[in-house]
Amino acid sequence: MTLLHLAILFPFLFAIFIPFLYKYFRNIHTGWFVLILPIALFTYFSQFIKTTMSGKTVIETMNWIPSLGINFTAYIDGLSLLFALLITGIGSLVILYSIYYLSKEKEKLNHFYVYLLLFMGAMLGVVLSDNLIVLYTFWELTSLSSFLLIGYWYTREKSRYGAQKSMLITIFGGLAMLGGFIMLYMMTGSYSVREIITAVAEISTDGLFVPALIFILLGAFTKSAQFPFYIWLPDAMEAPTPVSAYLHSATMVKAGIYLVARLSPVFAISPEWFWLVSLFGIFTMFWGSFNAVKQTDLKAILAFSTVSQLGMIMSLLGIGAAALHIDSMNDSYFTIATLAAIFHLINHATFKGSLFMVAGIVDHETGTRDIRKLGGLMSFMPITFTISIIGAFSMAGLPPFNGFLSKEMFFTGVLRVAEMNIFNLETLGILFLIFAWVGSIFTFIYSMVLVFKTFTGKYQPEKLEKKPHEAPIGMLISPIILASLVIIFFFFPNILSLSIIDPAMQSIIPSLIGENGYFDIEISHWHGWSPELFMTIGVVIIGTIGFLSLAKWRKIYNLHPKKLTLNKAYDTSLIALDRSSSRFTKFYMTGFIRDYLIYIFAFFIIILGTTIIIKDAFSFSLKGAAPIGLYEVILAAVMAIGTITTIFAKSRLTAIIALGSVGYSLALFFVLFRAPDLALTQLIVETVSVALYLLCFYFLPELKKKDKKVSFKLTNFIIALGVGTIVTLIALSANSERASQTISAFFIENSYTLAGGKNMVNVILVDFRGFDTLFEITVLGIAALGIYSMIKLRVKEEEK
Amino acid sequence: MEVLMSILVGILFMAAVYLMLSRSLLRIILGTGLLSHGAHLLILTMGGLKTGAAPLLGEHAKFYTDPLPQALILTAIVISFGVTSFFLVLAYRAYQELRTDDMDQLRGKDHYE
Repeated sequence: MTLLHLAILFPFLFAIFIPFLYKYFRNIHTGWFVLILPIALFTYFSQFIKTTMSGKTVIETMNWIPSLGINFTAYIDGLSLLFALLITGIGSLVILYSIYYLSKEKEKLNHFYVYLLLFMGAMLGVVLSDNLIVLYTFWELTSLSSFLLIGYWYTREKSRYGAQKSMLITIFGGLAMLGGFIMLYMMTGSYSVREIITAVAEISTDGLFVPALIFILLGAFTKSAQFPFYIWLPDAMEAPTPVSAYLHSATMVKAGIYLVARLSPVFAISPEWFWLVSLFGIFTMFWGSFNAVKQTDLKAILAFSTVSQLGMIMSLLGIGAAALHIDSMNDSYFTIATLAAIFHLINHATFKGSLFMVAGIVDHETGTRDIRKLGGLMSFMPITFTISIIGAFSMAGLPPFNGFLSKEMFFTGVLRVAEMNIFNLETLGILFLIFAWVGSIFTFIYSMVLVFKTFTGKYQPEKLEKKPHEAPIGMLISPIILASLVIIFFFFPNILSLSIIDPAMQSIIPSLIGENGYFDIEISHWHGWSPELFMTIGVVIIGTIGFLSLAKWRKIYNLHPKKLTLNKAYDTSLIALDRSSSRFTKFYMTGFIRDYLIYIFAFFIIILGTTIIIKDAFSFSLKGAAPIGLYEVILAAVMAIGTITTIFAKSRLTAIIALGSVGYSLALFFVLFRAPDLALTQLIVETVSVALYLLCFYFLPELKKKDKKVSFKLTNFIIALGVGTIVTLIALSANSERASQTISAFFIENSYTLAGGKNMVNVILVDFRGFDTLFEITVLGIAALGIYSMIKLRVKEEEK
Repeated sequence: MEVLMSILVGILFMAAVYLMLSRSLLRIILGTGLLSHGAHLLILTMGGLKTGAAPLLGEHAKFYTDPLPQALILTAIVISFGVTSFFLVLAYRAYQELRTDDMDQLRGKDHYE
């Protein structure tokens, strides 16, 4: 247990104290106590920047289950440090914001902050774990805490729906991912990411390589809301806004991005990885932005925009992976995609976090998030308006905001795809370009919608619940900080490049590092009149036209039939699953004992019958069989007749008497086969049993006393015949082939010398195998007590 | 001899299964009775029916029948007797409380409808 481990586990430990702090310090908002933790952690993680800048890593191991190769190994390199700083940094701002957002009188703050800390710890665990199983454990903890946070207002139906949906989808992906991890373990014999990376050369031709890749991508795609799994994210917007800002834009949804980046050194050499990651990413980018324009709820726009931006980062990671396939002298030419991915990851966290907080402020101050009701808020909320302009313009990719830089790099990366002479990219690369460009136009449009529909236009006081006014200063601090970062990162992008981005790139594409151990990134603002710039200009022009004529072409969204949406498919399949399983259960769980017995007996017949046939197990020989005597034949005939009479008896009395005759014949068989003790017992037991049967019979109702002919049921007969035949066949086979001698010689020799008795059966019962007898006595005792209590104990009428 | 006994055991099992599949509770219990008779006879048969003296050392015989299956059957008889009598009283009580011995009517209610 080192300080690093403690840093990961500290949020969990701290969460224990939250309920007490909440209970005993009611006057102070619980968030103030919580705020200390992420700030401390952020400071702690900042110290590592120097380490990773010099290309070093930190590894601390704590044994968990060493015998299974599962150890809690904390590992800091450029990539995990970037995420750890994001988690703690945005975490601090979000908690600060939540202090003003959530009322300490009305809300259950203890729940909120416990869930939030649980999430923060889990997320730190995901990004700092080197061991895949530990990573998976934390991964599922993030799903769980996200579920709890989405369902925070659990009395609302929509919250519960959203929570369930996100749970089902992310857990599905998580389980698939676990399967992928186990396949990796089967191929390499290790759960450690670092060790797996060193073994890449051996496993890339393994048959499990591609399945592992697909399963792990399923986990990443569901978590990071890629097409077609993005559907949970818009519904997760039912969570309180600080949660949406933190989990569903800046951190948790980037866990899938993290996973793809982390495992890039393992899988990037396969073309499947490139195609899946970049194609799904680029299509998600387009689809998310296209759908965002349609939304009327501020948070829904932001949700789809998150989907779109995550798709963009994902596709950039895929394109970066393709760089590995190029045997060009100038490798860094193609690594720009990876650089753009990391840079945009940071930028997205800044502007999307601030935009969510703005949406929360608008909601908080006006009582609605519907853009059809909002408008003209500019003069009421100047600061909020400024922040949202900065965030939205950065999202649209305009200068002078950081989104401009990363979007230019995005275009550069996509343009260079077409220059890669692999996988037919010289022709298919144009596809990326089109999706990227059209997606960017839609991004521009919804960014404008977000700002101008909310803050400009006509003010509609009659539709608002409250009179709008500027938010309290405490609520504004966090978005102001984020918005300042948006601008700072534009003017000074290189404060990030060497300190954060370069070490992160070293973790993602380690094989492409230049000779001096660095990528030598220099983010410049001005490329000259490059194609990227013209693309951006095109985006702005067409986007502006599109925004202004939005009312006219909005109708294209209605072309898409409602029945064919993915949400509809999800809902329908869930209902269908529920119905079909209930129907299936009702079909075979009839409640009739006869049906269940038929299942059991039919199973018995089929399993044993097929085994006999497949294994050719039936054998028949008369060797060693005892001779047939006349008495036995007569007795067998009597027994058979008695048995059959029992079946066909018209009255129950006949059946009981016939059963008795079978029992007494059995006793006679015991006599003939020289078993005196058995004969004695059987006689007595049979007598008592018959008496009991008659007793039961006597208490039968008048109506039922009418003798009814038993209805002959063919199925019953076939089943019964089958069971009888199988038993006979097995008995004959077993008798024909004896595996070994009996051990009875021992009893015959020793019952007098060792036990001092001459009746061997009795000696076995009370001496050699006395335990059997002890518990057989117990059985009788229990039966007697049971019968007594059944008869004596009655529930009184009024208690029923 | 074993062949004959195996067939007899088969008949007993067949009748037992047939009775257990019927609607009346009493017939089901009759079926279990036949089933235990069949099982006991099967154990005895499987132990070998070679002739020999009864397993009493006082006989001073050269061959004895196998005592072990006999001990096992004796245990089984007592246990099945205990269970049968319990079941019979259960059936009697069930009839007293529910006024029926028809298994189709003893089906219970479906809580999900």
